[in-house]
Amino acid sequence: MTGAPTAPLLEVRDLAVAFNTPDGVLEAVRGVSFDLARGRTLGIVGESGSGKSVATQSMVGLTRGARITGQALFDGRDLLALPAAELRAIRGRGIAMIFQSPMSSLHPLYTIGWQITEMIRAHEHVTSAQARVRAIELLGHVGIPRPERRVDDYPHQYSGGMLQRAMIAMAIALNPRILVADEPTTALDVTVQSQILRLLRRLQQEFGTAIIMITHDLGVVAETAHDVLVMYAGRAMEQAPRESLLRSPRHPYTQGLLRSRPRLGTHGTRLIPIPGQPPSLIAPPPGCPFHARCEHSIDRCTSSAPPLAASADGDSAHRSACWLSGQGTAP
Amino acid sequence: MTADALIQLRDVVKEFPVQSRAAFGGRSERLQAVAGVSLELRRGETLGLVGESGCGKSTLARCVVRLLQPSTGQILFDGQDISTASHAELAPYRRRMQMIFQDPYGSLNPRRRVGSIIGDPFAIHDVGPAGERRRKVQDLMALVGLNPEHYNRFPSDFSGGQRQRIGIARAIALRPELVVCDEPVSALDVSIQAQILNLLDELQGELGLTYLFISHDLAVVRHVSDRVAVMYLGRIVEIAPSEALYEQARHPYTRALLSAVPVFDPDETRTNASVELTGDPPSPLDPPRGCRFHPRCPRAQSRCAAEEPQLIPRAGDGPEHTTACHFPLVEGETMAIGAAPRMTP
Repeated sequence: MTGAPTAPLLEVRDLAVAFNTPDGVLEAVRGVSFDLARGRTLGIVGESGSGKSVATQSMVGLTRGARITGQALFDGRDLLALPAAELRAIRGRGIAMIFQSPMSSLHPLYTIGWQITEMIRAHEHVTSAQARVRAIELLGHVGIPRPERRVDDYPHQYSGGMLQRAMIAMAIALNPRILVADEPTTALDVTVQSQILRLLRRLQQEFGTAIIMITHDLGVVAETAHDVLVMYAGRAMEQAPRESLLRSPRHPYTQGLLRSRPRLGTHGTRLIPIPGQPPSLIAPPPGCPFHARCEHSIDRCTSSAPPLAASADGDSAHRSACWLSGQGTAP
Repeated sequence: MTADALIQLRDVVKEFPVQSRAAFGGRSERLQAVAGVSLELRRGETLGLVGESGCGKSTLARCVVRLLQPSTGQILFDGQDISTASHAELAPYRRRMQMIFQDPYGSLNPRRRVGSIIGDPFAIHDVGPAGERRRKVQDLMALVGLNPEHYNRFPSDFSGGQRQRIGIARAIALRPELVVCDEPVSALDVSIQAQILNLLDELQGELGLTYLFISHDLAVVRHVSDRVAVMYLGRIVEIAPSEALYEQARHPYTRALLSAVPVFDPDETRTNASVELTGDPPSPLDPPRGCRFHPRCPRAQSRCAAEEPQLIPRAGDGPEHTTACHFPLVEGETMAIGAAPRMTP
């Protein structure tokens, strides 16, 4: 990249999130660090229970009852140490979120327009007429046809794709600097998914918004992310620029994920699954969380957890948490 | 029609009555979820069925196994017309066709032990002495990769992937000929999906099963299917051997659907550039005249609005590849991108 390196918009260091449950302490996120710069998209990939959603929710105060340690510096302020009122001001204006299921994020008994204008008025001193004009503009911007009419519709009158667009309109209403999209297209058809991903890309180009794209779908990451963080059982397993990760994955878990996908030419052949299942996060076993499912596992993997490190020969931007890939004897 | 057809559908229509929202009159409307589908399933094959939500693919699947009765048209199972068969008349066919559902959490009774869930089909169809059932169930558990010693556990003791194995064990208990798989891996994590897809493949080989495989994941469908049918608004718009469909889609809708799949491999380039479908599918309550896809089709011409295209071989294709389009895509042709539909009134 050319030009002076800009300071990251968000710096997360050693983030750990744990919950007390009747069965014991559940360690959802166990020491994750990443940076996010303006205009970039970070893809966080992981399966259910990997901690990918909890990690970002904990930063904006959406994980009630969690024990959170580490740092999340946004604009020089540590989000994890801010009082609730200040965090509330940051949610929406600084960091906005889009969730998987728009139907559960919108109130069924209020019109789409009312919900957007109320959100704007909660953060800015504008009249409801002014806010309504903005809401119509926003709906048009995200591709709702005839927004001046559809603004008065109730959520049930929108299709799934339109609801997700309305959620995006609401999320970008205050021109946030970071947009966290948590599985934004998982409930949608591929055709609508492709429309929504395009829309997010366009908004990013227009406004320079930084995006955190949380997904279980490697295809979505491949299509949207500049950088990728692969999470497994609460830990970062691999972190790399998109191209580098897809071309030469270093961690056996990432390799396994890529290999297990059905793709061109696999018809009539057996897929290569990752055997076994992810470990429990209540009293997780020591060592690398993936060791029980890893074909390359050595003694050391069962006793101590490898740090996220660049391999001896590779570039420093591509890091993986594996004892073997760190030694140049990469699997 | 070929000799080895296990299932034949002839012009199957399934309508549902809907309450009219109109303030006056309150005419009762009918929603045609499946609007005249003819196709066959051949013994031992996997037929993939794809389409957007609401296109009628699940309704069609439920008609095939007669969980629903078609409004008109015929369903032939092994040559016998079962489209209007009564509950009692269907009983002998129930053993021969089964279904695997998407949700491994919702489709198993949480209060019953796994052994008795899997053993249900034996009890319902009164197969073999009760004393032998336990052994049969444990054989089934081993067959689908579950530990037979877990016979007395509850569904909540199993992970999502294992629960799907329980659903599969129940479906194959009576050695059916046809298994309809409705999104069988959609709720599973990526690393587990491949395990289940391999299992389905092994069972097909061992038991000679015929699959109707529904999924919204086009990469999964391509992997498992011998042939693929594409549905849009209640109708089949294209059907072809799997590779032919993915390599040489004729119908603009098929092409658009395929190009919406995220390009994954950094070395794999998008051959068709991407064709964005704008808007949502029209309401099945008031489907467009002529070709149902024409209002969203970049290639549409006036004929498309007037005349419904037949599902027949196009552009020199053999009988295995049929397309319902007046202006099918030919070899190497790209679709106009972002072009507004050309419609002459």
